[in-house]
Amino acid sequence: MLGMSQTHVDYRLSQLDQLEAESIHIFREVAAEFEKPVLMFSGGKDSIVMMRLAEKAFYPAKIPFPVLQVDTGYDFPEVLATRDNWVNRLGVRLIVASVEQALADGIVVDDGKTSRNRHQIGTLLNAIEENGFTAAFGGGRRDEEKARAKERVYSHRDEFGQWDPKMQRPELWSLYNGRIHEGEHMRIFPISNWTELDIWDYIGREGIEIPSIYFSHQRRVFERDGMLLSESEHNPCREGEVAEERTVRFRTVGDLTLTGCVESTASTIDEIIAEVAVARVTERGATRGDDRFSEAAMEDRKKEGYF
Amino acid sequence: MSTTNMDLLRFATAGSVDDGKSTLIGRLLLDSKSIFEDQLEAVEATSDAKGYDYTDLALLTDGLRSEREQGITIDVAYRYFATPTRKFIIADTPGHVQYTRNMVTGASTADLGLVLVDARQGLTEQSRRHAVILSLLRVPHLVLAVNKMDLVDFSEEIYEKIHAEFTQFATKLNIPDLEVIPISALNGDNVVNRSENMDWYSGPTLMHHLEHVHVASDRDLIDARFPVQYVIRPKSDEFHDYRGYAGQVAGGVLKPGDEVVVLPSGMTSRISKIDLFDKEITEAFPPMSVTVHLEDDVDVSRGDMIARVKNAPEPRQDIDAMVCWMTTTPLKPRQKLAIKHTTRTGRALVKDIQYRLDVNTLHRDQETKELGVNEIGRVQLRTTVPLLSDAYAKNRATGSFILIDEASGVTVGAGMILG
Repeated sequence: MLGMSQTHVDYRLSQLDQLEAESIHIFREVAAEFEKPVLMFSGGKDSIVMMRLAEKAFYPAKIPFPVLQVDTGYDFPEVLATRDNWVNRLGVRLIVASVEQALADGIVVDDGKTSRNRHQIGTLLNAIEENGFTAAFGGGRRDEEKARAKERVYSHRDEFGQWDPKMQRPELWSLYNGRIHEGEHMRIFPISNWTELDIWDYIGREGIEIPSIYFSHQRRVFERDGMLLSESEHNPCREGEVAEERTVRFRTVGDLTLTGCVESTASTIDEIIAEVAVARVTERGATRGDDRFSEAAMEDRKKEGYF
Repeated sequence: MSTTNMDLLRFATAGSVDDGKSTLIGRLLLDSKSIFEDQLEAVEATSDAKGYDYTDLALLTDGLRSEREQGITIDVAYRYFATPTRKFIIADTPGHVQYTRNMVTGASTADLGLVLVDARQGLTEQSRRHAVILSLLRVPHLVLAVNKMDLVDFSEEIYEKIHAEFTQFATKLNIPDLEVIPISALNGDNVVNRSENMDWYSGPTLMHHLEHVHVASDRDLIDARFPVQYVIRPKSDEFHDYRGYAGQVAGGVLKPGDEVVVLPSGMTSRISKIDLFDKEITEAFPPMSVTVHLEDDVDVSRGDMIARVKNAPEPRQDIDAMVCWMTTTPLKPRQKLAIKHTTRTGRALVKDIQYRLDVNTLHRDQETKELGVNEIGRVQLRTTVPLLSDAYAKNRATGSFILIDEASGVTVGAGMILG
C-alpha cells in the first residue's frame, strides 16, 4: 500500500493515515451502535472518499448499510455514471430519492424562487423518515465553511430533522454518543477533519474513480453572477448571456444549474492537487451559487436539515 | 505540495477575545496562506462596515451568527492549516469560565495547548484556569503566548516577569513541556516571522515551535490495548470462515504471534494475523484502525478488549475519576447515568463526590457534595459492567469515559480515571 511502509521504526503514522484511521473508526462505531444507518452519496469527490473508507472499514464484508442519493433531476450524467460504477463494484443497495417525485407528491412545494438545492432538504428528510434511517453519513468537512467548523462528528437532528447549533452535544476524545429518541436521527460526518487537499491526496493515493467532470475538458459555458455555468437544456442562457466553449473543470459537483466550473487545464490528480494547493478561493466560494446569498447561508440551511 | 507524508499536530487554544486569541488564529491562517481570498474579503468588508481601522481577523473564526453578534466564541471551532511538513488541527475554544466544558472538549484530543495572556495584564485567574484544565486533560505540551508585546514596548522585563510567575505556578501542575513565547498577534511579531522588535528573545517563533514540537513519543507504545469495536464476518463463499475483530489500537504495538488475553472473559489465544484493508501487516500501533485475527475460536464481541497476557488492565466496577460536569442540573450522589468507555457501554451509579476542584486556585472543596455545570470534581462511581481501563495519566484512550443522561440522551459529563 502506498504511504504505508512495512516497518515502522518510529511508529509514526502520516497525517493522511491518521485521518483514514479516525474515519474508519467512526464508520465502525456507527455500524455497531445504530440500527439503520445510511450513507448519503452524491457522486462528488467527498462522498466517493466516504465510500472508499466504508469499503475499507468492513472489508472483506460488504458495506452493512445502503447508500442514498437525492436526485435533483439536474445532476450531471457523468456523476450518475460514476455513482453506478461504485454501487455495482461494492454491491451495495442504492436508494434514489427524487426531488421531482417529491415535488409531484407535494412533499416539497415549488414556489418558483427556491433552488433545486433547497428542495433537496425536504426530499432528503422525507427519505430518511420513510425508510426509518437512524443515522445518515454525510461528506461535510469542517474546512468548507464557518458554520461547519463547529459541527460535531455526530450531529443530532430532532424529529423535524433540524440542527440546533446551541444544543450540540459535547464531543470528547473519540467517544461518540449515538443516543437518539424515536423519530430523531443523527448526521454523521466521518471526514470532518479532512481538508480539500487531503481529499485529493487520498483519491490520488488510492487510485479510485471519480466523475470525469473534475478533470479538465471542453464545455459550453456562460457567465452568471461571476460564475461559469454549464449550458444545458435545464440551464439555458438568459438574455445577455453568451455561451462559448472553454477548457474547464468542476471543483465541486451538485445541481448543474447552480454549480460553476473553473477554467483549468488540470487533467490528472497531480495537476489538480497542484492547482488546489495554490488556489486562493474556497471551493464553495468559487463555485456554489447556493452559499452566496448571505453570510449565514450555510448555517440557515443546516438548521433546516441540509446535508 | 502533497499532504500524504506530513504528520499531524492537534492543538487547543484558550483565551478570550481580549487576549487576542482569534486574532492570533487569523494570523496563523493568514501567514501560512491558509486563508482564501473570498474569506479574507468577507472579513475585510465586515470590518469596514463596522468602522474598524484594521481587518478584524477574529471574524474569520467566529462561525455562528450568535457568536458574531456577541463578539465571543461560544463553541469549539475546528480550524485547519498546513505547512510543508505538518498539518495542524486547531480546536479553538472559548476562555470564559461558563464555557469550561467547551475547553475540556477541545483539550481532550489535543497534543498541545496554547494559552494566551495579555502582556499588559500578566497572568490572570483565567490564564491559570486554562493551564489547570490543559494539565488535567493531560495535554503533554503547553505554550504560553505572551501577546500584545507591542503595547508594552516589547519589554523583556515584563516578559521575564510573566515567564517566572507562570513557571512557578506550573510546578503544581502536570506539564511535561512548557514554552513561553512573546508575540504580537496583531502585527505578526514572533508568530511566523521572527520579531525585529525583540532581539533579546532567542527562543523559537510560535510557528517554528508548532512545526517542530515532538509528539510521536507521547503515545503509549508499551501497553497493548485493543478495544474490539466490530466483528467482521462476511458470510460470503469467498471468505466463508473469515472472522476478524475490528478496532482502533488504543495502546502498545500488536504483532502476529503475540500471546493475548481477551477481557473480561480472560480467555487466552495468539494473534494469527492483522489486516489493514486487503493487506496483512506485521505491526499495528496507535491510532491505526485494523482487523485482528486470533488463532483460537474464542468468544469475542464488541466491548471486549484484547491485551497482552502479562500486561492487561484489571476489570473494575469501582471507578475513581475526575469528572467535568457539563449540564445545568447538578451531579449528585446516588444519581444514575449511562457510561461509555472505549467501546463498552453500561450504567453508572454515583457513590460519592469527594471534592470539587476550584480550577482557579486548585483548592479542594470537600464541603460541597454536588457538581454544577462547568465544575470539575473527584467522583466515585459503581458501574454495571466492569470497565477495562487504565489510569488516564497513562493512556488517554483507555482512561477516559463520558456520562450520558439516560432520559435526554445528552452527554453530561467527561471523566478521567485516576490510579
